[in-house]
Amino acid sequence: MTAIQQQSGAEILLRALRDQGVEVIFGYPGGAVLPIYDAIYQQNSIRHILVRHEQAAVHAAEGYARSTGKVGVVLVTSGPGATNAVTGLVDALMDSIPVVCLTGQVPTHLIGNDAFQEADTTGITRAATKQNYLVRQSEDLARTVHEAFHIARSGRPGPVLIDLPKDILIAPAPYQPASAEPHRSYRPVTEPDPSRIKEAVRLLKSAKRPIVYSGGGVINAGDAASAALVEFVRVTGMPCTSTLMGLGAYPSNDPQFLGMLGMHGTYEANNAMHGCDVMLNIGARFDDRVTGRLNAFSPDSRKIHADIDPSSINKNVVVDVPIIGDAGLVMQALLAAWHADDTRQDREGLASWWRQIDAWRAVDSLKFTQNPAPGSIIKPQHAIRRLYEITRETGRDTFISTEVGQHQMWAAQHFRFDKPNRWMTSGGLGTMGYGLPAAAGVQIAHPDALVIDVAGEASILMNIQEMATLAQYRLPVKVFILNNQYMGMVRQWQELLHGSRYSESYSEALPDFVKLADAFHGVGLRATSVDDLDRVIREMIAIDRPVIADICVDQKENCFPMIPSGAAHNEMILGPEHQDRAAAVTDEGLMLV
Amino acid sequence: MSDETPHPAAAPTFSSREAAALPRRSATISVLVENESGVLARVIGLFAGRGYNIDSLTVASVDAGGSRSRINIVTSGSDMVIEQIKAQLTRLVPVYRIAELSQEGPHLARELAMVKVISDGANRAEALRLAEAFRARVIDATVESFVFELTGGTQKLDSFIELLRPIGLAEVSRTGVAAIARGTRMLSSKH
Repeated sequence: MTAIQQQSGAEILLRALRDQGVEVIFGYPGGAVLPIYDAIYQQNSIRHILVRHEQAAVHAAEGYARSTGKVGVVLVTSGPGATNAVTGLVDALMDSIPVVCLTGQVPTHLIGNDAFQEADTTGITRAATKQNYLVRQSEDLARTVHEAFHIARSGRPGPVLIDLPKDILIAPAPYQPASAEPHRSYRPVTEPDPSRIKEAVRLLKSAKRPIVYSGGGVINAGDAASAALVEFVRVTGMPCTSTLMGLGAYPSNDPQFLGMLGMHGTYEANNAMHGCDVMLNIGARFDDRVTGRLNAFSPDSRKIHADIDPSSINKNVVVDVPIIGDAGLVMQALLAAWHADDTRQDREGLASWWRQIDAWRAVDSLKFTQNPAPGSIIKPQHAIRRLYEITRETGRDTFISTEVGQHQMWAAQHFRFDKPNRWMTSGGLGTMGYGLPAAAGVQIAHPDALVIDVAGEASILMNIQEMATLAQYRLPVKVFILNNQYMGMVRQWQELLHGSRYSESYSEALPDFVKLADAFHGVGLRATSVDDLDRVIREMIAIDRPVIADICVDQKENCFPMIPSGAAHNEMILGPEHQDRAAAVTDEGLMLV
Repeated sequence: MSDETPHPAAAPTFSSREAAALPRRSATISVLVENESGVLARVIGLFAGRGYNIDSLTVASVDAGGSRSRINIVTSGSDMVIEQIKAQLTRLVPVYRIAELSQEGPHLARELAMVKVISDGANRAEALRLAEAFRARVIDATVESFVFELTGGTQKLDSFIELLRPIGLAEVSRTGVAAIARGTRMLSSKH
């Protein structure tokens, strides 16, 4: 046998990343990871994107992952590098985004000594990741990297962290390629139980008032899953609604689509969920934003729930037909079983159900009134509608990310997605500051696409430093700020639930966003009245550089419809356009977030 | 299906939310895990983070190479909560297999206690008589004290300790429950 040429741990790490198909790393250097940065410097196949904060590295990797279906990769140093990344990791965990995060660590002999920039990273991130590792021996390094990628992307995807002591990165390490062997203990089930599929189809065929409720799991399962969902809904003629995370899997402009459901979902989607007799939940998890008051949630329906994560089933809502499996395989199996089953579908029942749904739809719950007169204040909903219409006119492939709050809900309501992977938003954790770095990650993956971060003026300041990343890599991301000078969703809850006492929700000293864009080598634009809006949007899109468009909108506008805390789907409040009913918030509801 | 083996994708069903939420019951769950760093913290963190009870927990490596450990957990909750606990445990990457021994058939559950009694005179004699009645062994004795070792079910240990309380009970050290299925059923690999 010839002598094996030994490479350093850092070189082995990069080799393993290359073998995993990694093209981009989002990171920030520091003492403990210097050997990795030295190895990065000496190669050209993996590109490193320097962010300005470790939290942003994770969000950028999330945006990259969500828009490509690949695993996003993060590299940060020990101690503060790792702790800064925690918010991003939890965000990826909650939204099931595949991310591998490499953290530096002090050398093994110093672990536990409170060394400089030491933190118990695996301890801190144990509940923030799907799995994490501390590599203590060079022999384990390559295997651990391959395993981390497998775990991040398979089953219910999620973040996986590898903590890398500096001595492991410097010492020679052996390479091993990824093993074809299945993992010792981790074997997620992807193929659904055929008997449960048959049971589900029988139930769906007999349904008089069915509904399909799809979630982020369909997006995670890939384009084939979205295609199977669309085919199933069209073949069965059923209405389809989607969670925030699932938007785009089913085309929003299709007449069978009822819009988003949940706290700020449409009247027709929520009433259909409440009144249905058979519900098919595919890749969603009965989140509290979706169900409203649990004991009043869809009281008369038989529920079918398909999810790749067994712990999502029967967690919040007791279901009748649980199906464990990959959303794409489940939809394909349901479609095949639907055609194979010779029971007649209750088409008469379905027709009268559609008449009911159309009556709810006629309420037009997303309606708002924009005064068209020059000089009029811009309604935030109008700004999103125009953004949607103008981007559509350009015909460009458009990706939208958001921050968190009212602007996020308005974007979900008024921007219409017809393809999966075009919508990047922090759903589960609700992380302000997500959108700008996520947009940077999307633009890296799709250099020619139109990438827009729909933001609020409060959220954008949480990771504003990423403007420098945009400038450095010439990423022409557009930041579209709906500026109402309030933390709008906080203000809305204070108005509705806390007697209009606007405690700390007003930003007294906002920066001048036009000058701020300029300072970060971008272009700043501003629209203060409705007659400015279209021009600013068109100009923003036309500029091939980072742009901040500061859209000054109506400060007092609330996001409707809304299911108040502790209320049921059929107790939603509609906006001022609809002779508003008084908000019926119970004491119990006040305790909810 | 005539086959008794459940499909790998089978998930439990409940007749209703009410049936699932009530009543609370005790459950003995055994978990076979990869003996990797942090695995116990992962299991305990899961219980703490999601607000589940741990009434007892034991852990030790159970194979020759020391690469797998068995964790026995006694917990309590509604059927819905216990099913959640099982699903959440199964989801952990280093978990090979879990079994709810208290549900899947007859099982044995034992723990060991070491009980220190400090007393004199009649109380000392009474402590010895009780130990004999419970088949506890004397594993340490001085002129003022005994240490008894007792193995058995949780209730047996509880009653022995209660009886010693008025006659000089000084200190108790218990292992927590180790459990195993009766007959040929095994908690081996889930594959």
